[in-house]
Amino acid sequence: MTTQNEGEPVEQRSTEGDDAAVETRGLTKRYRGGQLAVDALELSVPRGSVFGFLGPNGSGKTTTIRMLMGLIEPTSGRARLLGEPMPRAARSVLPRVGALIEGPALYPFLTGRDNLLRYDAADPTADPRTRAPRVAAALDRVGLAAAAGKKARAYSLGMKQRLGLAAALLQPRELLVLDEPTNGLDPQGMREIRALVRELAEEGTTVFLSSHLLDEIEQVCTHAAVMAQGRLIAQGTVAELAAGSRGRLAVTTPDPVDAVRVLKEHGVTDLVVLDERVSGELPLPGAAVDDPPLELADLNAALVRAGVRVRAFGAERASLEDAFVALTGEGFDVAG
Amino acid sequence: MSRAEETEAPDTGVPETADTGVPAEKAARPPRANPLWALALFRSELTITLRRWRTLALLGVLALIPILIGIAVRIETSDGGGFGGGRGGEGSGPAFFPQITNNGIFLVFASLAATLPVFLPMVIGVIAGDAIAGEAGSGTLRYLLVAPAGRTRLLLAKFTTTMAFCLIATLVVALSSLVTGALLFPLGDVTLISGITVSFEEALLRALGVAALVALSLVGIATVGLFISTLTNSGIAAMATTVGLVITAQILDTIPQLHAIHPYLFPHFWLSFADLLREPVYWDELVKNLGLQGLYVAVFGSAAWARFTAKDITA
Repeated sequence: MTTQNEGEPVEQRSTEGDDAAVETRGLTKRYRGGQLAVDALELSVPRGSVFGFLGPNGSGKTTTIRMLMGLIEPTSGRARLLGEPMPRAARSVLPRVGALIEGPALYPFLTGRDNLLRYDAADPTADPRTRAPRVAAALDRVGLAAAAGKKARAYSLGMKQRLGLAAALLQPRELLVLDEPTNGLDPQGMREIRALVRELAEEGTTVFLSSHLLDEIEQVCTHAAVMAQGRLIAQGTVAELAAGSRGRLAVTTPDPVDAVRVLKEHGVTDLVVLDERVSGELPLPGAAVDDPPLELADLNAALVRAGVRVRAFGAERASLEDAFVALTGEGFDVAG
Repeated sequence: MSRAEETEAPDTGVPETADTGVPAEKAARPPRANPLWALALFRSELTITLRRWRTLALLGVLALIPILIGIAVRIETSDGGGFGGGRGGEGSGPAFFPQITNNGIFLVFASLAATLPVFLPMVIGVIAGDAIAGEAGSGTLRYLLVAPAGRTRLLLAKFTTTMAFCLIATLVVALSSLVTGALLFPLGDVTLISGITVSFEEALLRALGVAALVALSLVGIATVGLFISTLTNSGIAAMATTVGLVITAQILDTIPQLHAIHPYLFPHFWLSFADLLREPVYWDELVKNLGLQGLYVAVFGSAAWARFTAKDITA
């Protein structure tokens, strides 16, 4: 997905605050116990982007989403959705926003179809005359058409998740806020949902996607933001973020001691030896400006020249996960 | 994208069509909607409440009570003797039991008098207490609010439904007892409490009036239940608190030392509906009852609104 960035209108708009799909200024939430859940958040989600919202559990993602949707009153700061202030403009903005917040919530005693009819009835801008066909189309879109007449209590977690998504798609939306949309889905379901997200993004819908699956963010998102302990620690395009940390080099060899020596000479840092596997941090490009960028093939040749028998050699791709760990310094442990 | 075409209602100017896919153009136009569409939530609310198995079970129990009373009275008096016990003369409240054997319509009054102190408020407590808290507990509240139902509109829909349910519950008791009474006992002209006899038709009209009064007697506790429902995310807790409050108020109402607060307890004038069965009607307590219920609606309705519109929805 990252290839999509260049030259897209998305990029040009990203700095114009007024045209952001989601924008927060100093958004802060302090709960009654004094706990600071979100601390002066400055978020800017460009229109048309698929925006990944990352952070360990307890980092304030959900509180942020709830403030954006007008469910929680910020302690200070402001939030704008589609250019209008929240929660003041909730009635005019929210019909244009579809949301899946902290998992689906359904009426177990109603069928899937009746659940959607219920949610659609709650939207004062939804035309009752088109309600039934819109519900049918939403069910169809998430692959639930066949199970529409079943009571929601009989749904599996994955089906509930799909129904929640269908509720977010009852009307054409300009912005979708999806909190962990693939939670509880099997791999096939995950693929379908990701395909759906891409499809919606191609139609022009901005997607704000929170996920704990870095892989998912990398596959689907154009932009991402990382939160930790209530603070925003990075935001930008996925490519920018991933570039912030290089991938690690991994060499499998029966001669790890020699390998470590050679690699060290070539500027590889943070070397770790595990039996026959040596891994290390590749030097950052531009760390030494006069050096030509390190070519992996040369490195391999150097190893072989030094008599190191190489069984396997390769760079583990610089991933968002590396960036994430580098940024939060804590991986996915629950924030204390 | 078939959905977009279907949204193209002729008179609305089409708020969004996703297949054109240019969100920037749409931003300037807030969705236009027919104000009547907002009423869909009220209908949805009422049907969803009435379609629940739990609601039907509660109404079923309410319908069963008059049948049980009718059968009990029938068995008790089947040997030809009168109704034993003489409860009618106790003065604390009308029981109407002795009159049932002579005229089935008294089963309506007897059943309402029997269900008003406990069963009806309990059923109302369940529905009112669950109204907001139940939605919060199951998480559906957040989806209704981002739909966006609007907090005031949602609360109004809940309030309207709870009020409608007061009427429905009362009518279920009244109709069930009228049918049971007609089947088990003779019908005919009715001798009122004050000794005057009126035609059966007029008695039916008065029965309807009594049912309306009973329903209105319940709006106080219904509003209190709705307020409690905005305080918690647990439907069960809200229901239990509301029902507990009914029982507490009933107990307080029987303690003579607390007579100073009695006129402010919502159940205090409940059984005044019997005054409608006098000729001329004693309006004094009827009016006091309605005034008190109105006061409860105003106070706790405002409290519920203040609480619900300012609440952080964290469930």
